[in-house]
Amino acid sequence: MGSVSKIILQRLGLGLVTLFVVSIVIFTAVNLLPGDFAQSILGQGATKDAVEAIRKDLGLDQPFFARYLDWLSGAVRGDLGTSFAAANFSSFVGSDAGSGLGTVAQTIAPRFENTMFLAGVTAMIAVPLAVFLGVLAALYRETIFDRAANIFTLSSISSPEFFLAYVLILVLAVLNPILPSLSNIFDGMSFSERLERTLLPALTLTLIVTAHMMRMTRAAIINLLASPYIEMARLKGISPMRVIVKHALPNALAPIINVIALNLAYLITGVVVVETVFVYPGIGQLFVDSVKLRDIPVVQACCLIFAGAYILLNLAADIMSILSNPRLRHPK
Amino acid sequence: MSNLLTINDIYIEGRSDEVWSPIINGVNLSLKRGEVLGLIGESGAGKSTLGLAAMGYTRDGCRISSGSVNFDGIDLVSASADVKRGLLGKRIAYVAQSAAASFNPAHKIIDQHTEAPTQHGVMVRAESSEDAMQLYERLRLPNPHEIGFRYPHQVSGGQLQRAMTAMAMACRPDLIIFDEPTTALDVTTQIEVLAAIRKIVEDFDTAAIYITHDLAVVAQMADRVKVLLRGDEIETADTRQMLANPQEDYTKSLWAVRSFERPAKPAVHTGATPVVSVRGVTAAYGKVDVLSDVSFDMHAGRTVAVVGESGSGKSTAARCITGLLAPRQGHVEFDGAQLPASYKQRDKMQLRQAQMIYQMADTALNPRKTIAEIIGRPVQFYMGLTGRAKTKRVDELLTQIELEPSQYRDRLPSELSGGQKQRVGIARALAAEPKFIICDEVTSALDQLVAEGILRLLADLQDTLGLTYMFITHDLATVKSIADEVVVMKDGRVVEQGPKAEMFQPPHHPYTDLLLSSVPEMDPDWLTNLLEERGMENIGDAAVGKM
Repeated sequence: MGSVSKIILQRLGLGLVTLFVVSIVIFTAVNLLPGDFAQSILGQGATKDAVEAIRKDLGLDQPFFARYLDWLSGAVRGDLGTSFAAANFSSFVGSDAGSGLGTVAQTIAPRFENTMFLAGVTAMIAVPLAVFLGVLAALYRETIFDRAANIFTLSSISSPEFFLAYVLILVLAVLNPILPSLSNIFDGMSFSERLERTLLPALTLTLIVTAHMMRMTRAAIINLLASPYIEMARLKGISPMRVIVKHALPNALAPIINVIALNLAYLITGVVVVETVFVYPGIGQLFVDSVKLRDIPVVQACCLIFAGAYILLNLAADIMSILSNPRLRHPK
Repeated sequence: MSNLLTINDIYIEGRSDEVWSPIINGVNLSLKRGEVLGLIGESGAGKSTLGLAAMGYTRDGCRISSGSVNFDGIDLVSASADVKRGLLGKRIAYVAQSAAASFNPAHKIIDQHTEAPTQHGVMVRAESSEDAMQLYERLRLPNPHEIGFRYPHQVSGGQLQRAMTAMAMACRPDLIIFDEPTTALDVTTQIEVLAAIRKIVEDFDTAAIYITHDLAVVAQMADRVKVLLRGDEIETADTRQMLANPQEDYTKSLWAVRSFERPAKPAVHTGATPVVSVRGVTAAYGKVDVLSDVSFDMHAGRTVAVVGESGSGKSTAARCITGLLAPRQGHVEFDGAQLPASYKQRDKMQLRQAQMIYQMADTALNPRKTIAEIIGRPVQFYMGLTGRAKTKRVDELLTQIELEPSQYRDRLPSELSGGQKQRVGIARALAAEPKFIICDEVTSALDQLVAEGILRLLADLQDTLGLTYMFITHDLATVKSIADEVVVMKDGRVVEQGPKAEMFQPPHHPYTDLLLSSVPEMDPDWLTNLLEERGMENIGDAAVGKM
């Protein structure tokens, strides 16, 4: 196992380096956005002095590197800063700014939790479904079932997300009122109620992510079917289903795991449209709102979370791919 | 006694480029219970296709177009997939050429062994595991009670091949198809596997079809031999009769292959400077030494055969000479002058003088370049010829390797046969006008007749151009036919070296002796006698009793 843990440590180290580089990219990119919070909040008619005052208040007048180091050192300690919008809002209404209300962490936390909940529910449906369909498509390759599964999943991945969302709303909420069409969830909701409200966006996302994973499962398995050990299994009189599940699938795991990881990362980072259609309070909506407001700390934190999700999931996929290889798991 | 298997006038076709072309043309075959039939022929003869058809199985892109395969009263051509699946693994089993590729890398050996018995409902798992261990013991596998719990990559090739034979026996089938089971193995390992297969087939009175291209192997294993050529049956006879008195010209030509032998050359002058001299070379991949203090000389116009089993360091020695791998200690001299360790530090002249011909011509030639481009590249690079001079030189080289320039100049490698590709590989080496050529297993991927043609060509070229060859091979028959000097390597060391005549005459170093005595001979009693000599005749008797 020595070699495996060494590889895992190397990957973890690489992940950290990547995250650091990404933080520079994020900070630079966000600072290149035209306009700033002071201007966008005060509007076009603001006096120069007023803009300057707010800029100074928020530390926007500091040089680039000083701001980056400040942000980075905070981020490392888990302090992602204060949301401009929340802080200013509280100071306008005269509440106590020292209460800590309006930190980025507090702004993001509930949204992030919602997003993870939606991603989790979607993954629970989509991943087993995709692998199952992929195995069946490989087993009944070049048959009607295979073609139908391909056509269905490909057309759903090719349709715009909002279109799929509205079709599902039409079918499952309007014509057959089974599920609620709005997914506004809030604190204190029971788990089952929350789940029920999340189901429609989760189904929409399932339609979007299944095709990729299913087609990769199918392709990875079919790729192996010409291997001598598959022929051997057939010549031992093993049933076709068992040949695929027991002999091909364990050797096809690495590419499948990688595609699953990519799709899970998409579920965390790329679901703005679906959130908007269903009024689901996820991190995607928060992100877009913050960009509009030039609420830089929130935008940066969101970016960092997105990057972290990608890195972490790819890392997990890497590690699981390595573990799926018996040569590495059981060295000579 | 009625036949266990009867194949009647079978035609098999394969599909390529949307066209069905014949692979097997109306072959008949019959096999009694407990009988072993050898199927021999060169590559492309349809041996494997016919062997698989005996199981009612065709590979993707092949089909049985007519004829019947009758196994114990069941017609496998018309039988449903379920009926066939009920027979495969249970009553008809298969042993593949490469056990390393045919064991599933994701599962333990014993789990793969017990799969067929449990799936077919012959035995429960525990019973089958117990039986597997008994079979492993009978096949003389080391640690028979533990080896099954390893993954395939943790076990050596020869052991894996025996484990696969045990797996084929798991349900005690009536018929086993052995598809070149020892082709990928070293000679010393081959003996163990051959002995194991023969023992187990005799013990359980199993009928077998033994597919091979090696006549000497088939002589040890089969009661009867059938010779195939491009999908046609040439002749069938009892093994002893076939060996003593082959009827057809093609069969006779197969028998004659091993007769090529070059006359011995006069001894090297003492004091002559060798063309290439390997001096005390120690080399490593990573931290592990794969060559330890290797020294040998190669003199002008002579062929030095470097012999050894896989992992003995033969190819690594070649890599040190060409500079692909810099030695950790020691150095290589060319015409008495020390060569820089790495090819990166060598000048064009030094690089030009030592060329290489590879084992797999298939992968060593760029599939997208024409033959003229492949040979023209070194002509231009080393000799600086362009335009008409280059074309002329390429044509000369093609003539030298006995390929008609006008016909072959513009072809792609994929349009050539295996032997022709290897000839192009030779021409590419010659294009640099080297003094010294390393031939790395250049004939091991070729059929015997084709290989002999290559050996003759290399010999002629040596005579006309005065070339020096380093001939890396594991095949002692090749050594016998072409070598002047022999270097025997084992575990990265030279165990013995000297002129060929001395090497093939006792007394030998014990390892050389083992190598030499392990090369199968045409005598059908060779294996039996050898095993007796080595005290292995009772192989596996330890485990007799079960069944």
